Amino acid sequence: MDAILLQILNGLDKGGAYALIALGLTLVFGTLGVVNFAHGALFMLGAFCAVTFNKLLNLESVVIDPTQKTAWGTPLEVRTPYIEAWLGDFGKYLHDYSVPASILLAIPVMLIIGIVMERGLIRYFYKRPHADQILVTFGLAIVIQEIIKHFFGANPIPQPAPMAFGGTAYVGEFLGMGQTLAYPWWRIIYFLFSLGIIGAVFAFLQFTTYGMVVRAGMRDRETVGLLGIDIERRFTVVFGLAAVVAGVAGVMYTPILPPDYHMGMEFLVLSFVVVVVGGMGSLGGAVAAGFLLGILQSFASMNEVKAIIPGIDQIIIYLVAVVILLTLPRGLMGRKGVMED
Amino acid sequence: MSKFIMTRRGLLRAGAASGVALAAPMHFIRGAYAEDISCNMPKGDTVTFGWSVPLTGPYADEGADELKAFQLAVKHLNGEGDGGMIPTMKPTALKGNGILGKKVAQVHGDSQTKTDAARDNSKRMIERDGAIMISGGSSSAEAIAVQSLCQDMGVIHMSGLTHSNDTTGKDKKRYGFRHFFNAYQSGVALGPVIGEAYGKDRKAYHLTADYTWGWTQEESMKAATEAMGWQTVAAVRTPLGSADFSQYITPVLNSGADVLILNHYGKDMVNSLTQAVQFGLRDKEVNGKKFEIVVPLFSELMAQGAGDAVKGIYGTSNWDWKLDDDATKAFTKSFGQEYGAPPSQAAHTCYVQALLYADACERAGTFFAPAVIKALEGFEFDGLGNGSTLYRAEDHQCMKSCLVVQGKENPKDKYDLMEIVKVIPREATTYDPAIFGGELGPSDAKQC
Repeated sequence: MDAILLQILNGLDKGGAYALIALGLTLVFGTLGVVNFAHGALFMLGAFCAVTFNKLLNLESVVIDPTQKTAWGTPLEVRTPYIEAWLGDFGKYLHDYSVPASILLAIPVMLIIGIVMERGLIRYFYKRPHADQILVTFGLAIVIQEIIKHFFGANPIPQPAPMAFGGTAYVGEFLGMGQTLAYPWWRIIYFLFSLGIIGAVFAFLQFTTYGMVVRAGMRDRETVGLLGIDIERRFTVVFGLAAVVAGVAGVMYTPILPPDYHMGMEFLVLSFVVVVVGGMGSLGGAVAAGFLLGILQSFASMNEVKAIIPGIDQIIIYLVAVVILLTLPRGLMGRKGVMED
Repeated sequence: MSKFIMTRRGLLRAGAASGVALAAPMHFIRGAYAEDISCNMPKGDTVTFGWSVPLTGPYADEGADELKAFQLAVKHLNGEGDGGMIPTMKPTALKGNGILGKKVAQVHGDSQTKTDAARDNSKRMIERDGAIMISGGSSSAEAIAVQSLCQDMGVIHMSGLTHSNDTTGKDKKRYGFRHFFNAYQSGVALGPVIGEAYGKDRKAYHLTADYTWGWTQEESMKAATEAMGWQTVAAVRTPLGSADFSQYITPVLNSGADVLILNHYGKDMVNSLTQAVQFGLRDKEVNGKKFEIVVPLFSELMAQGAGDAVKGIYGTSNWDWKLDDDATKAFTKSFGQEYGAPPSQAAHTCYVQALLYADACERAGTFFAPAVIKALEGFEFDGLGNGSTLYRAEDHQCMKSCLVVQGKENPKDKYDLMEIVKVIPREATTYDPAIFGGELGPSDAKQC
């Protein structure tokens, strides 16, 4: 029982990341009809917002203390981060919580990046074939990757979770199972965070007038336009919103996976499979498939399963995608007519 | 009037005599001619070394430190700085004025912790830059691939950080030399210490980096622990460069194992250890015993990356900057003053390899590769940080002491994260070179 619950938990945090990226991908595809291969790069850019914020907080003053010597005989350098010198305990607190705090930086930055990307490049490809869109966005993803590599190097840069959430959560105790079932706090936080973001996006689309217009535009763009609504501007904002969702997903994932310039591409491929399994253009499908595939991947990594089919953990997602596409060609919740022309 | 008549017999005699006369000088100069065609013999007033080090990928931190050490070694060989370990090395033919009167130049490339990139780097440095010796590595897969290339091209390879038994075992090469210790020696050193600390009735679960080093590390640790009564519950392979180990760690929790042996190095180890601790493994009690984690190959750089997670963890090291001998102190001082941090074991082994190659050239009186190989084979030396050391002729593996270390509970600073628990003497880590098989191959000079 412990083992099964553990695999479910493990699948949920991975699934949370898949679902958040797939949600953004579907949002862009559903509104603008663009297959955005640069979406993984947005996830990576979000992660690097956390890195940048942490670097800013780590700027430090260096004072030479001639009374102390290092083991190699040079005077000791005493380093103090400016933020702690200026803000005292609050500075230390901010330092500790740099990852969640960097969301405040990531939201405006990603919104601007999203809007600039859409206005500056993507909009010129709305009426072009999907193959052209894939080529140009894939090229853009490579350009973004190389820019990040130039400034931050090619190595992963670990980001610590806040100390209070860096340890182990004894989930079993909540369920009356004792200390046998333990799981890292931050991964639980990530799962809850992803649920919160997904809920917020759905609430925005469902319960606001802006969201209602966007949904109407997704159904019938021309009719909404005929009503005198500037649907293009709204879709631009939706692109920015998708970029923010990918970005904050990347920010919060940094304590789980130390970010490097290539991390977006690794998630992008899986997220596209998630979108296809969920059904092209279906937001609910993307979320459901994200969690489903995350959990299946987690179960496939159990030794008992790998003993029966070696290497199944590496291929399970693609195997499920093949089975789903053979039995349900539109995916789990795909809409009729999407990408079928 | 005389008449010149050439008979058939006369013609044959004259032909034979001319042949002998023309061939005779070749007999006397054949050595010199062979020396001329040894790959990349230096012609000007410099001799070039090539460093292929991982500046990206899971072993990037080690690679960066290796490069610093190589650059420092070149400085010292050329007579700049305080000389580092040149004054402490015994015996030594090094004079601190270059090698055989030529200044040392260097080139380097990023091997990306990938074998194909390491081979490409090395080939480029040999063919384009004229490197006479290649060193570096950090991954045994790289070391084995590059030393094989060097064997084919007739260039000596002085391995940097490589710990697989195969490097000087089944894949050993006449042109390849390793100063660093190996997985077998780690097992021999660590087994008795963890047996004493954790008892003889333990169940171990291995997570192993899926390449030559991981395989031999796992095999050596299994042999050492099973010999003292431990059981191996499972041994699971993980791809090199994995960042998220959660899918490998969760099965450990309910496996019945009470010890996790992480056959990982570099960033893989930092990530797997940190995540194992986050999953509560070190707080667990299994089979009535406290759950323990062991990291057979440990380094200060990894300890810095893993932070508090390393406290109390046992492992082995080739060398540590906190050793108390004169050579270690001299090297730590040089390196610390140059770079503001103490050297890692990766830096130490690379620095030593550069000095040993240079010294062998001086003793051989030539850069001719077969002669340098002969000078290194069976060379007994001291004063380079590991006590009395033998470069064994049979497998080109250094026989010397190594260390059992443990993560410190109360470190003074970020460079004081490991405690030396025991120095395992050379006699205890010496083994029969025949146990790993392999053939060194020929030492013929090659033209490149």
